[in-house]
Amino acid sequence: MNGVLLEVKDLKTRFRSRGGLVYAVNGVSFHVKRGETLGVVGESGCGKSVTMLSLLRLLPPAARVESGSALFEGQDLLKMNYRQIQKVRGGKIGLIFQDPMTSFNPVLTIGDQVGEALIYHRHASKEVALKRAIELLQLVGIPDPEQRIKDFPHQFSGGMRQRAMIAMALACEPDLIIADEPTTALDVTIQAQIVELVKGLRDRLGVAIIWITHDLSLVAGLADRIMVMYAGMIVEEAKTEEIFDDPRHPYTLGLLSALPAFQAEKKVRRLASIPGSPPDLRAQPISCPFYLRCSYSIDRCCLEMPALQTVRNGKENDHRIACFVNIHERSTVA
Amino acid sequence: MTMKPKPLIRVTNLVKYFPVRLGAYGEKKATVHAVDNISFEIQAGETMGLVGESGCGKSTAGFSLLQLHRPSSGKCYYRDVDLTSLSQNQLRPYRQKIQIIFQDPYSTLNPRMTIGAAISEPILAHRLADRKTVMSRVITLLNDVGLSEKAVNRYPHEFSGGQRQRICIARALACDPEFIVCDEPISALDVSIQAQIINLLQDLQEKYNLTYLFIAHDLSVVRHISNRVGVMYLGRMAEMGEKEMIFAEPKHPYTQALLSAVPVPNPHIEKNRQRQVLSGDVPSAIEPPSGCHFHPRCPVAFDDCKIVAPAWRRIEDGRWVACHKV
Repeated sequence: MNGVLLEVKDLKTRFRSRGGLVYAVNGVSFHVKRGETLGVVGESGCGKSVTMLSLLRLLPPAARVESGSALFEGQDLLKMNYRQIQKVRGGKIGLIFQDPMTSFNPVLTIGDQVGEALIYHRHASKEVALKRAIELLQLVGIPDPEQRIKDFPHQFSGGMRQRAMIAMALACEPDLIIADEPTTALDVTIQAQIVELVKGLRDRLGVAIIWITHDLSLVAGLADRIMVMYAGMIVEEAKTEEIFDDPRHPYTLGLLSALPAFQAEKKVRRLASIPGSPPDLRAQPISCPFYLRCSYSIDRCCLEMPALQTVRNGKENDHRIACFVNIHERSTVA
Repeated sequence: MTMKPKPLIRVTNLVKYFPVRLGAYGEKKATVHAVDNISFEIQAGETMGLVGESGCGKSTAGFSLLQLHRPSSGKCYYRDVDLTSLSQNQLRPYRQKIQIIFQDPYSTLNPRMTIGAAISEPILAHRLADRKTVMSRVITLLNDVGLSEKAVNRYPHEFSGGQRQRICIARALACDPEFIVCDEPISALDVSIQAQIINLLQDLQEKYNLTYLFIAHDLSVVRHISNRVGVMYLGRMAEMGEKEMIFAEPKHPYTQALLSAVPVPNPHIEKNRQRQVLSGDVPSAIEPPSGCHFHPRCPVAFDDCKIVAPAWRRIEDGRWVACHKV
């Protein structure tokens, strides 16, 4: 059960733009085990979505994967031809997008769209696909699914559409689901519904999940492991508990202390904030991307790029950071 | 009872309905009950938080209060002046004192106006300075919000989201306001930038003795910044009170569910937490449910809730709630 399902090595993705190349993903390596939930956290533009789109080769025409490999069940996703990758998309890997309002085709019924993957991947007949679509909608908690499969997307509310999208992603019993900010467009009470639903489905079906989000608190209860990204790099990766209890990268520490909820108990007047703003990705990265905003930075940070290194070996997961400084030592000295 | 100081802002029985047309040809008339009879007061120098899910009318409440939407009925007082009774011309002098910061700093700045022009426009319009002296005022404002004076001749596209929000704040401050409606001022920004803007708003409040109505859907932000909090659901106020009381002891079942839905940044708590998850969606404001608007999703609803709308009543000093079960 504990085999590695997906292993990404040194992925680099660039965009062509009028202002020159945009270095969106700069050497990202990670893995996902079977049945595991990986949380990917970062601000907008940090490359978290582009990383996942690169894997499924869904990038816009201006983008190109420069180098890297992505082994999924022993096969390199990045080297597959069109037919092979089509088999993976929606087959072995399901996708849930951020915006349930625009991700459905408005002129097809929900039933057609949920069942489509079965017709395509499993060569099911239309009747079988619709029957299965009803089961799937029932699974994700849509009341009265026999009637609702005849509805069009505009007749569904945001939360319902997101449920339908989850049903669509589950249609072919994938081994991995990539969820790209699936609750960002939803209200908190609906977000709570979707999170509980996904947790329940994961425990029942044993599917691995990559959950992309900008909200650290959201993945606290959901992910087994968390990966923090900044400027197209992984800056820290560890078991969820370790990220929250013992963050080692200054950026993770900054993100956590900037959360108002984190400080609610302490009754502070001012929030700890990270000064400055994220770097311009049009410059080729040669130094630590965070050093200008970092209060721990040393001379070396602006000369070299820190590699992702293990700082603590865990039983199952190592704690890795990309930083030259040990923030614990620094804080005792300073 | 001690005499309370007079509130700076007083809203009584505010109602805002929007007429809409439905159907493919607009043949069906309907009414969106955006804000349905809400009342509250804001004291000078305090921050009142207004929370609720999208479509609950919290922004409409803010806009109606500023007369950006004319309310359907109800009164909005600034000091002793009823803003709803004034014409657009009569309102103009009050507009200096009541300002707004919008949610999206990308669409609220004119892309063809320099930052200097954008910030000086309200100052010139209210004749608080002439063209010769206005620039020194603009530079003071830019410094107040943490931007350099070089920004004066630059255009909005040269700035990041956080910087643009700082510019919008500078523009809102331009005419020395007393009261600012902050309509989700940080929801379009990244997490690491949000904290900067919250700190800035708090610093400015101390410096200029500002009063805020802080509208947001993010409960942890409201908890941090507000003195008092009002919780809205589908156009009506569900609960209002001191921040500590609302968060420590929510009385209304909707407030309880809302607080329970917010994830906590602590995996030890979060992984074992029993959430009270509300079923169903927020109903449409075109045909809100009868009686208490919350009854179809309420875990403690009983028969009365379907028929009678609960009264907005004071249960203790400064604590208001609208629920039959409380």
